[in-house]
Amino acid sequence: MIDDSLDDVSITPKRGFFARLKDGLSRSTGKLTQSITGIFTKSKLDAATLEELEEALVSSDLGVRVAADICAKLKKDRYDKTISADDVRQVLADHVRAILTPLEKPLVVNRTHHPHVILVVGVNGVGKTTTIAKFAKHYRDSGHSVLLAAGDTFRAAAVEQLSVWGARLGCAVMTTKVGGDAAGLAYSAIEKARADGIDVVLVDTAGRLQNKSGLMDELSKIRRVIGKIDATAPHDCVLVLDATTGQNALNQIEVFRAIAGVTGLVMTKLDGTARGGILVAAADKYAVPIHAIGIGEQSDDLRPFVAEDFAKALVGIE
Amino acid sequence: MAMFESLSERLGSVFDKLRKRGALNESDVAEAMREVRVALLEADVALPVVKDFVATVSAQAIGQNVVKSISPGQMVIKIVHDALVELLSDGGDGEAEGLNLSVEPPAVIMMVGLQGSGKTTTTAKIAKRLQATERKKVLMASLDVQRPAAQEQLKILGEQVSVATLPIIAGQQPVDIAKRALQAAELQGFDVLMLDTAGRLHVDNALMSELQAVRSFAEPADVLLVVDSLTGQDAVNVAEQFSRQVGITGTVLTRMDGDGRGGAALSMRAVTKQPIKFIGVGEKLDALELFHPARVAGRILGMGDVVSLVEKAAEAVEIEEVEKLQKRMEKGQFDLNDLKSQFTQMKRMGGMKGLMGMMPGMGKMQKAMDGSGIDDKAINRMEAIILSMTPKERSKPDLINAKRKIRIAKGSGTTVQEVNKILKMHLDMAGMMKKLKKMGGLGALAGMFGGGGAGGPPMPPPNMGGMMPPGNMPPGFNKFGRR
Ligand SMILES: Nc1nc2c(ncn2[C@@H]2O[C@H](COP(=O)(O)OP(=O)(O)OP(=O)(O)O)[C@@H](O)[C@H]2O)c(=O)[nH]1
Ligand SMILES: [Mg+2]
Repeated sequence: MIDDSLDDVSITPKRGFFARLKDGLSRSTGKLTQSITGIFTKSKLDAATLEELEEALVSSDLGVRVAADICAKLKKDRYDKTISADDVRQVLADHVRAILTPLEKPLVVNRTHHPHVILVVGVNGVGKTTTIAKFAKHYRDSGHSVLLAAGDTFRAAAVEQLSVWGARLGCAVMTTKVGGDAAGLAYSAIEKARADGIDVVLVDTAGRLQNKSGLMDELSKIRRVIGKIDATAPHDCVLVLDATTGQNALNQIEVFRAIAGVTGLVMTKLDGTARGGILVAAADKYAVPIHAIGIGEQSDDLRPFVAEDFAKALVGIE
Repeated sequence: MAMFESLSERLGSVFDKLRKRGALNESDVAEAMREVRVALLEADVALPVVKDFVATVSAQAIGQNVVKSISPGQMVIKIVHDALVELLSDGGDGEAEGLNLSVEPPAVIMMVGLQGSGKTTTTAKIAKRLQATERKKVLMASLDVQRPAAQEQLKILGEQVSVATLPIIAGQQPVDIAKRALQAAELQGFDVLMLDTAGRLHVDNALMSELQAVRSFAEPADVLLVVDSLTGQDAVNVAEQFSRQVGITGTVLTRMDGDGRGGAALSMRAVTKQPIKFIGVGEKLDALELFHPARVAGRILGMGDVVSLVEKAAEAVEIEEVEKLQKRMEKGQFDLNDLKSQFTQMKRMGGMKGLMGMMPGMGKMQKAMDGSGIDDKAINRMEAIILSMTPKERSKPDLINAKRKIRIAKGSGTTVQEVNKILKMHLDMAGMMKKLKKMGGLGALAGMFGGGGAGGPPMPPPNMGGMMPPGNMPPGFNKFGRR
C-alpha cells in the first residue's frame, strides 16, 4: 500500500468556487484581453487592426479558420467605423458563446444504468487519471457510490496513482497486474459494481497517441468487451484534452471519436496561461459536448463547463 | 516520422505556387509570406516567433532583390530554408548538441516542465542512454511529491532500465531529497545524478521558487526543460517563464512520434535560445534521439538539396550572358546560338548527373537516365551538331535544308535524324519563347528553372529518343522534357 502522507503536502489554499474559477480562467485570458484592448484603444477597424485581432485570437489557439471567421464578421459589420474595445469583446464573446452554448452538457450519472459506466481516454499525460479522481469526488459528494477501474496497466505506477486517489476519496479501486488485460478488468469492475449495487464505474485507460493504430484498436476492444456485459455501456466516453495542446487537439477529437466512440470532452490545465481557445475551434468543427474543465491538481479542481462564463473569461468581460 | 509532415506539405504548396508563377512581383512575395505565416501558425509555431521569422525572411527577400533574380521562386525557398535552419540552430552548426557532462562528477541533470509533459519517462530514457552508450554510472531521484505515485513511477522505470534510484522516504520535501541524492551520488561514486521534478505551471510561484532552491543547491550542469511537442501557442509562455525563473540549458521535445506539426520545436529554440538536446519518439525507454536542426529544417521543407542547387546555379551562370539571353527572349527571339549557350550553362553546373543528384526526388530519374543514354555525352553530341552549323544557319535555322542537314550530320559525326531532333527541339522552344513573351516574359521562364521539384508532378520518363534531358532543367528544357 502506498503511504498516504502525500495528502499532507497539499499546499493549495482552499478558496471559493468562483474565486478559483475566475482566478484560473482569467490568468489564461489576461493576455488576450490585453492584446484586444491594446489593438482597439487607439485605432479604427482598418485592415491592419483586423489582422492584429486575428493574431490575438490565433495566439489563444482558436485556430486560423475560426479567427478568420470572427474577423470577417467584425469586418462586415464595422469596417472603418470607430469601434471600442468593449464592442469588440462583446462581438467576440457573443460569437464564442453561440458556438459553445449548444455543447454545454454536465456529465450526469443515470441511476437506471446498473452501473453507469464512464470510459476515460486521451493521449499521454493530459490528466485522465486526475480527472477521474475529480469526477469520483464530485459523484461521491452528490451521494453516488463509485468504483474506479485502474485500466492503465501499461504505465509504471499508474495503478498505484489511481489507488492513492481511491484511498484519499474513499472509493473502491479495482486493479489487475501490470501488463494485464484492461478490457477484462473493465468487465470485472462492471460485474462487481452490479453485484454490489454501485452507481458509477469510472474506467481509466493508458494514455496513447491517436496515430498509433494498434493502441487505438485496444480502446475499441475495451468498448466491445464492456458491451458484452451491458449492451448500452459505456454510457459515456470522455476524451480528456490538455489546454496547452495546440491544433493537434482537433485531430485527437476526430480520431478518438471515430475509434473509441467519444461522447464528450473535458479540458484540463486551464489554471495555467494556456487559453483553451482550441475548444472553440473544436466545437465549431466537431460539435462534441463539453462536460467540464480542470483548473488544478486537486480533486475539487473540476468545474462544470459553462459556455457563457468560458466565452466571457476568454475575451475578458467581467 | 509523421511530425512536420503537414507543415512540410503546406509550405510545399506555397513553394509550388512560387515556382509555377515564374515571374514574381513584390505582391507575389508578400502573398507567399502570408501563406508561410498561416502555415507556421497552423503548425502551432508561437505567434511572436512567426512574426519575427516572416519579417526576417521578407527583409532578406527584398534585400536580395528576389524579384529580379533569375529564379525568384527558388531564391525565396532558399531564403526560407536558411532562416529555418538559423531558427532551429541559432548560430550553431546545425548539428546535434549533447549534454554538458565534462564537469567534476557527479554531473547533475535537472528535469523541469509542465505537468504531463513527459519528464519522468524522459529522465529514465536519458539515464538509460548515458549508462548504455557512455558507460556512465547514473543515479536517478524523483523530487515529485505532488503527483500520487510519481516517485514509485521513477523507481519502477529505474528497475526496467537497470539504473539506480534513490530510495524513497515518504514525506521528505524536494530540497531535502535533492540534498540526500547529491550526498548519495558523491559517496557512491556516481558520474551522473538525474533529478526528476514535479510538473508545475510557470505561474505557480511557490513551486517555481522551489525549483530555484533546488537549482542553486544542486548546481546542475544541465537543466532540461521538457516540453510536449503537441503544445500550442502557450509554448512561448512556458519557454519564457522557465528560462527566466529557473534558467535552462536545453530542451527536450517529447511525443515527436505523434502527428502534430512540430511548431513547438521552432518556438522553443527561438524563445529559450538554448539547443533542443533530445527528442522523445515513443513510449519505449530507448525511444530517445538526438535532435539535428539541419535535418529537421530539411524535413520541414520536404525537399532535397534544392538549396545547393540554387547556390550552384547562381555561381555558374554568368549574369551577363543570362541578361543577354533574357533580352532576346523577351523579344521572343531564340535561335540555335541560344540553345547552344543553354547547353554550355548546363555543363557548367556540373552536367546532367550533377544536376539530377541535387534535385529532390530525382534519384529514380537518375537510374532511368543511366539506362536510356541521356547523359553528358548526349549533350555533347547536341552541342557538336550546333557547332557544325554555320553562324548564319544558327541564327536563321530556316536555312537548313536537306542538303545542309547531311553536311551538318557528317561534320558532327551524327545522323540526319539527330539533326532533325535538334531542329525540332529548337522550333518547340522558340515557339514557347513567343508564348512566354505573351504571358509576361522572362520571369515566367526563369521560374521554370527547377520547376516541379519537391511536391511537383512526377516526371515522365525521358522520351526524346535518348537525346532530351527530362524536366527540371534550365530554361526551356522543362516543358520540353514533359511532352
Ligand atoms: N495544473 C493542472 N494540472 C493538472 C490538471 N489535471 C491534471 N493535472 C496534472 O497533470 C499531470 C498528469 O496527470 P494525470 O492525471 O497523471 O494524466 P494522465 O492522462 O492520466 O497521464 P498518463 O496516464 O500518464 O497518460 C499530473 O501531474 C496532474 O496533477 C489541471 O487541471 N491543472
Ligand atoms: Mg493516467
